Amino acid sequence: MMLPAAPQIKSFTPRPDLPPPVGAVGAIGWLRTNLFNGGFNSVLTLLCLWLLYKVVPPISNWMILDACWVGGPEMCGQSQGACWAFIWHKLRVLLIGTYPQEQLWRPSLVGVIFVLLTLATVSGRFKTRHLLPAWLFLPVLSFWLIGGGSVGLPVVDQSNWGGLMLSLGLAVVGILVSVPLGILLALGRQSSTGIIKPLCVGIIEPIRGVPLVTILFMASVMIPLFLPADMQINNLLRVQIGIILFSSAYMAEVVRGGLQAIPRGQLDAAKALGLNYWKMTLLIVLPQALRHVLPSLVGRCIALFKDTSLVIIVGLLDLLGMAKAAAQDQEWLGHNAEAYVFCALVYWCICFSMSRYGRSLEKRGAQQTR
Amino acid sequence: MSALSDLKGRLPIILGQTLVAGAVIYFALALFHNTQANLEARNIASGYGFMAVEGGLPINDTLLPYSPSDSYGYAFLIGVVNTLYVSALAIVLSTLLGVIIGCARVSTNWLVSRLATVYVEVLRNVPLLLTLFLCYSVALASLPHPRLSLSPFEGVFLNNRGLFLPRPQFHHSFWYVAVAFFLALAISIFLVHQARKMQDRTGRSFPAGWISLALVLGLSAITWFIAPRPLDFDFAVLQGFNFRGGMVLKPEFTALLSGLVLYTAAFIAENVRSGIQSVSAGQRDASKALGLKPWLTMRKIVLPQALRVSIPATTNDYASLVKNSSLAVAIGYPDMVSVGGTIIGQNDQAVEIIGLWMAVYLSINLIISLFMNWFNARVQVVER
Repeated sequence: MMLPAAPQIKSFTPRPDLPPPVGAVGAIGWLRTNLFNGGFNSVLTLLCLWLLYKVVPPISNWMILDACWVGGPEMCGQSQGACWAFIWHKLRVLLIGTYPQEQLWRPSLVGVIFVLLTLATVSGRFKTRHLLPAWLFLPVLSFWLIGGGSVGLPVVDQSNWGGLMLSLGLAVVGILVSVPLGILLALGRQSSTGIIKPLCVGIIEPIRGVPLVTILFMASVMIPLFLPADMQINNLLRVQIGIILFSSAYMAEVVRGGLQAIPRGQLDAAKALGLNYWKMTLLIVLPQALRHVLPSLVGRCIALFKDTSLVIIVGLLDLLGMAKAAAQDQEWLGHNAEAYVFCALVYWCICFSMSRYGRSLEKRGAQQTR
Repeated sequence: MSALSDLKGRLPIILGQTLVAGAVIYFALALFHNTQANLEARNIASGYGFMAVEGGLPINDTLLPYSPSDSYGYAFLIGVVNTLYVSALAIVLSTLLGVIIGCARVSTNWLVSRLATVYVEVLRNVPLLLTLFLCYSVALASLPHPRLSLSPFEGVFLNNRGLFLPRPQFHHSFWYVAVAFFLALAISIFLVHQARKMQDRTGRSFPAGWISLALVLGLSAITWFIAPRPLDFDFAVLQGFNFRGGMVLKPEFTALLSGLVLYTAAFIAENVRSGIQSVSAGQRDASKALGLKPWLTMRKIVLPQALRVSIPATTNDYASLVKNSSLAVAIGYPDMVSVGGTIIGQNDQAVEIIGLWMAVYLSINLIISLFMNWFNARVQVVER
């Protein structure tokens, strides 16, 4: 028997796809999906474009096109735009305050070390156990170099420290001290025994309840009253203490959030392994808790850096204070805007890169946990 | 045996506690002693007796009537009222602006969401004090003299002496309008309540919202026109070099308010964004599949769930707004801190004034967190 011949199969060849409609792809498609999808959005887009048209040209004219980049006060008086020559002229004061010119190399050296250390930290190639001692050593070295008083370095009084150097110094020392202090306060608040918990709550809550300005007032007015008459400390240290106290109360609350997120099982397991309280805390609890709250911790560090601008209220001249003072120079009157815009730019760059770094740390942490 | 070993285990803890308690007590006593000695050595009085003394403080921007011959206590009260005033206004305005910008950040419109992102990133990464200085000195310096005032609307003048608005003057017949308004409001609340009950029972909806709106507006408008001249405006008039009459927002106040609003709005916008983004896309798809219109989806599905996420963070932002209002001292608006600072400068009674500051700020924060906790408990999703 022969099989019946297989029926002839017509092979199906699809026609090539039609190209998508012109309005759905390319620039026009993008415009239609992102800017003009629907009447309301179209109106919004037009409104925004009008706003941009109204705002951007005057600002860019002022900042760049009409700006005066070099020259003295008389050149600036003629130009319509910003006077960046003023900033250039005042740059040293803005960066390091009234630090004596012939000793310039000392803050510069500290600045270079600071930048190198920051780069080393951000690159992520070095281990934390190498970086941490370096960061802890940095304030000591800077204090020794900038303050002087030994190995032939002439003393530079703290009233001459200022500008961005002061802002960064207050912020770095503030962060380095207030994070561990905040962790201790948070652990104390979690502890179940006796007097430690009410003590910590009694420190954290009142500090969180009042503005930094009052804490700074308190630090600069009340610390002299609190100390015995023969043990007085200078204004800079008092302000630094105020900043640290304020910041560690907030850090403590952030860390507490992380501590509460640790499942009980972790603690039980650690106890079952025979770890004592400190080993359990350092090896099991804190690494997980800190990873949990890293974003808010970085947020607090940024806030701390921004808050250092408030020291102007108790008479220290940080970056903002120096900008304000520079704008009152008789030779260069009327350059408030340039000084503040420059400050804003510096603050923005530092804070924005800190928040970006925080985000990258978060991602790195997430990869490590797997 | 077991009791003994138990005691042995607890001994270090007990010892540690005692040590800490002793240290704290010693520290507090030393502090007290030092303060006493220092106050005496510097000839500073203590106690709140000075509050009744005539202060002679010049305060240029007050809500209540004030003259320099009033007492320190009254001057401080003026400062507290100013703090509350600027904070309350800033909370309302920054919430409005923040919600708008937060919604703009999640908009499908590319340009709108980018602009909102730029706003948020710029404002959040610059210190508030700097924003205040920019608002105060730069915005103020670019405003014209009173003679060349900007006048965007009839009767509103903006110049470097402040923002001049018409002052409303209420006549007796305004009471009728107010009564009509509140009557309509009461009826509307009842109506909405009934409509909700009916919908729960029968499933049919009743457009109570629109009817209430018409009722409130209509009834008020009718009484407005029937009543003889319920309201007049006292316009600011240019006299010599400055404006007279009307209602003026001083430059310091305007700068502080706008700085606080701009700064806090950026934070609130982030809360709103994270709230809206926390509602999963499935919820929206499901609501679309059920045939709800976009507006109804937003109101009934997205917002209730978004609020749950946004409110705790926003509570913190309100609290920090109130605390940030203390930066008034840097631009010379007479708030509580700035008035208190002047008092410290005159009589050195720092301990008392700082105690007052703490008391007032702590109570304001307590009130805010109580109110927001109540509100939060209301909007939390009740899990069944």
